[in-house]
Amino acid sequence: MFLLLQNTFQFSMSDMQLIAPELILTAGACIALVMEVILPYKKSKVTAYFALSVILLAAISLGLLWKSNPGGQALDGFYGMLRIDGFALVFKAIFLLAAGLAIAISTKFLDIEREQHGEYYALVLFATVGMMFLASGYDLISLYISLELMALTFYVLVAFTKREKRSNEAAMKYFLLGAFSSGILLYGMSLLYGVAGSTNLGEIGRAVGEIVTNYSRPDIDPAAATLRPILLLGMIALAAGLFFKISAVPFHMWAPDAYEGAPTSVTAFLSTGSKAASFALYARIFMVALAPMRIDWAPLLGLVAAITIVVGNWGAVTQENSKRLLAYSSISNAGYLLLALVAGNSQGYTGLVFYLLVYVLMNMGAFAVIISLRRRGIIGDNVDDMSGLAQKAPLVALMMAIFLLSLGGLPLTGGFMGKWYLLAGLFERGRTDGKSWYIWLAGWAAINIVVSFYYYIRFIKVMYLGDRIADDKPLSLSPALRTALVVSVIGVVILGVYPQPFISVTQRLLDPLITVAAPLALR
Amino acid sequence: MLKHNILSIITWLPAIGAVILLAVFKKDQPGAVKKFATAWFGLAFLVSLVLLGYDRAAGGMQFLEDHEWIPVIGARYQMGVDGVAVLLIVLTTLLGLIASLSSWKYIEKREKEYYALLLLLQSAVVGVFGSMDLFLFYLFFEVGLVPMYFLIGIWGGENRLYAAIKFFLYTLVGSVVMLLGVIKMYFLTADPALTSKVTAGAWGILAGNTEASALVAHSVQQAQVHGTGTFNIIYMQAIGSVMPMGSMQVLLFFAFALGFAIKVPMFPFHTWLPDAHVEAPTAGSVILAGILLKLGTYGFYRFSLPMFPAASADESYFGAFGVRSVMILLAIISIIYGALAAMYFVVKRDGDVKKLVAYSSVSSMGIVMLGLFALNPNGVNGAVMQMINHGIYSGALFLLVGIIYERRHTRSVAEFGGLSHVMPGYAAVFLAMAMTAIGLPLLCVFISEFLSLRGAYEANPLWAGWAALGIILNAAYMLWLYQRMFFGNIENPKNEKLSDLSGREWAYMLPLVVLSLWIGVYPKPFLAYIEKPVNAVVKQVRPDYPIPPPTVPQRAAKTP
Repeated sequence: MFLLLQNTFQFSMSDMQLIAPELILTAGACIALVMEVILPYKKSKVTAYFALSVILLAAISLGLLWKSNPGGQALDGFYGMLRIDGFALVFKAIFLLAAGLAIAISTKFLDIEREQHGEYYALVLFATVGMMFLASGYDLISLYISLELMALTFYVLVAFTKREKRSNEAAMKYFLLGAFSSGILLYGMSLLYGVAGSTNLGEIGRAVGEIVTNYSRPDIDPAAATLRPILLLGMIALAAGLFFKISAVPFHMWAPDAYEGAPTSVTAFLSTGSKAASFALYARIFMVALAPMRIDWAPLLGLVAAITIVVGNWGAVTQENSKRLLAYSSISNAGYLLLALVAGNSQGYTGLVFYLLVYVLMNMGAFAVIISLRRRGIIGDNVDDMSGLAQKAPLVALMMAIFLLSLGGLPLTGGFMGKWYLLAGLFERGRTDGKSWYIWLAGWAAINIVVSFYYYIRFIKVMYLGDRIADDKPLSLSPALRTALVVSVIGVVILGVYPQPFISVTQRLLDPLITVAAPLALR
Repeated sequence: MLKHNILSIITWLPAIGAVILLAVFKKDQPGAVKKFATAWFGLAFLVSLVLLGYDRAAGGMQFLEDHEWIPVIGARYQMGVDGVAVLLIVLTTLLGLIASLSSWKYIEKREKEYYALLLLLQSAVVGVFGSMDLFLFYLFFEVGLVPMYFLIGIWGGENRLYAAIKFFLYTLVGSVVMLLGVIKMYFLTADPALTSKVTAGAWGILAGNTEASALVAHSVQQAQVHGTGTFNIIYMQAIGSVMPMGSMQVLLFFAFALGFAIKVPMFPFHTWLPDAHVEAPTAGSVILAGILLKLGTYGFYRFSLPMFPAASADESYFGAFGVRSVMILLAIISIIYGALAAMYFVVKRDGDVKKLVAYSSVSSMGIVMLGLFALNPNGVNGAVMQMINHGIYSGALFLLVGIIYERRHTRSVAEFGGLSHVMPGYAAVFLAMAMTAIGLPLLCVFISEFLSLRGAYEANPLWAGWAALGIILNAAYMLWLYQRMFFGNIENPKNEKLSDLSGREWAYMLPLVVLSLWIGVYPKPFLAYIEKPVNAVVKQVRPDYPIPPPTVPQRAAKTP
């Protein structure tokens, strides 16, 4: 008995190191919950700064993890339940950034709404823990649990302004559809487990590979022919469940309602952190477990991406509410991000990570500006509320313009470099696979950039071109909000003008992962 | 090894000025803002004159700069200009100065932002002409849209919001299609099937001198080190010259051509132009017509022709109809259609003079396209000169329209008549510019139209015939316009008290008149800048075309 305990203990120490950032976050979240009880109501903001410092600590421990493993080699922990590799490290960094920015823009918002409660920050931290485990999960069980941890906290967060009808309605819709999609996802996972006989992604990948190669050779493996349809069904169920999570067509309908109704700071976190985490999950399942079925899922994802981009764009064109507009824009961005998976090569991976990072920065920034327009009693989330912002607050207007142009993908902003990699990945895949539909897909995505500019430009139009000023009350900026804005704008510009350091680090970390796709052909 | 950074200075100087303007000046000191901005434009113009020291005898790409930028994708900060770009950059800085000077009275709100945007626009445009790296080029090419969008959208006329968004989205369509072409070209520069065929000699033609060739070799070598493609324009042109003719080359040609044709604008893609011009403030129109349209034709000259030589010279891809025939056809339609549309605005009772000038630009740029796709030294020389000349005379015409608009707040032809009685100086300058536009000998456009048409004639006499028809129409509407505006008696009492050109107005009109005369009488120094680069392009597109020996370097070989 003692021996067993000791063995487990020894084993756990190295495992614990692997999940140190998550441990710090979890402990911090628990303390934040207690702080809420102890501190008087007026002091809830202290919890916010506490949460920020917890995130900083987690970031430091993540940095130590990266330092001990700069090449991004895969380290397995907890009997293969978790895998800390370059992919996980990069994504965890993005989640921490998103969570930090989300907290920074939340304090002011909750003050305005008079909903300043400490558990908000605890929930954000818990959601972050879920995301972080999603990035490192290497087993269907751990992945599903972390997904649910994230999703459940988000259901609560969306309903956080509990006195507001819209928030409650949004939470209900989000919860019902989210639970539904989790069910579909679980169904897909169970089918996958049934076929492969394991929940470990690597094992599944091997089993799927065997089935796919032996499919047409009944003499070697007679079961393969019967298992393949089940595998296909499982793949489609998984893809569909994840389409929900990333709000891709045809499962995107919840997004505009949930985004509009949720408290703006939660919308910002939901549209960036949750989306990035879902993409991490997507990449893990499809690039590892289902990698041998590429030929089956690439066209499906490509088609969905193409439709998602269009539907998101055209939905956004007519919106008057800026949160709803950004919700549709996030749908179309989900389509662009799917292109990275469709490409599935080194360029695509870099594009996925890079675009998600930029997306976190620019979307957070845009929502931060929307929050700064808000005052008690005035919602401030109509596009028209920004009229004349350029004359009222030139710097904020300039930042908003940069975020929007980056969302559209104008050169010199991070958005352009992200789209560059996504499109280049498709071109590269089209060349290596010798299929031209990849290139047409890239063309389709590129043309739709023009449509997206139409609605991003609308913000700029009301901010700059009109002579009318919506009102001359000052913006509600707090130091934290200001910092979040500045960090976002600097990030977006640096990633656009000089992305070299970030890309080279990312590529070094992701290199061990990209075994299937050869890098750009050398002479 | 490369010590100049003059091109970077010329490119970024205006942007620095914009930052100073925004940071230092306050909203309520418009006087100081416009003086500072104009002085800064003057400084930029003076600095750009250094480029006229371009070694005409050596030719090729000069004033090179090369820095590492984003090695993971092979993008480098490379700048370099040939004679054509030198002239266009100097034209840009000159028109920038003039545009700023002409806005002193016209712009009455948000002056600080206005001049800052003008300066930023100049940075972007000079960057386009000065880039030697396609990635950098694309950056400047697309970023330049934003300041122009604001210039039209904030300081434009009645319908400015519509015009601004139309301009932006229309040109963006071309840009994103071009982006696809850029990505494909980038991958081709790392395609062993093509790179194995490229020799240093292949890029030597367009690099033009040993220093530029060395720079190309260096960027190729750097790209190999990092395992990427390269964006070096010269190397891409070399790749293009070994690319087999086929669907790929034709598709790439059209991907780039669409981006440029919208900027030019060529016939079916011209519809944004009249709107943008009519709504833009005077200085915006000047920059738009004088400079931004050249981005399109310069793109054809710099990219489409040398990068896709087989497609550019193609006569048979679509059966009896080649890629070149498509471009020629569109060019001829542009020439005639532009002229007819311009004429409509003289005939129409309340025709808008600005719209007339805008459509005459369509016609004029058609001549540039015709000259380029004549694919012989005369045609391309003419086309390049026409780019410069169009910048001079259409800029001047827009300024003249702006001057009368400041006084009368209308641009309708019918409102005027007999202006020569009250504004003799104005009438004289207008006459000079109208005659330039018509192509009167001894004025600059004559030279370029003559060369273009001669080139077209050498290629196919019929093309020259059609183009000549367009030129006759040009003369018709210009003379008619002049007659309606300036001759006869003053019938509208509002015109009786108009003041003639002020000192400031003379100051910015005279340089254009002088330039027009200078190029018209003695174009040799200007042609000397472009002769060698143009011959190189023609040689790249049609290696076996008999090119007459260059005239410039032979000066030393005079017999006593």
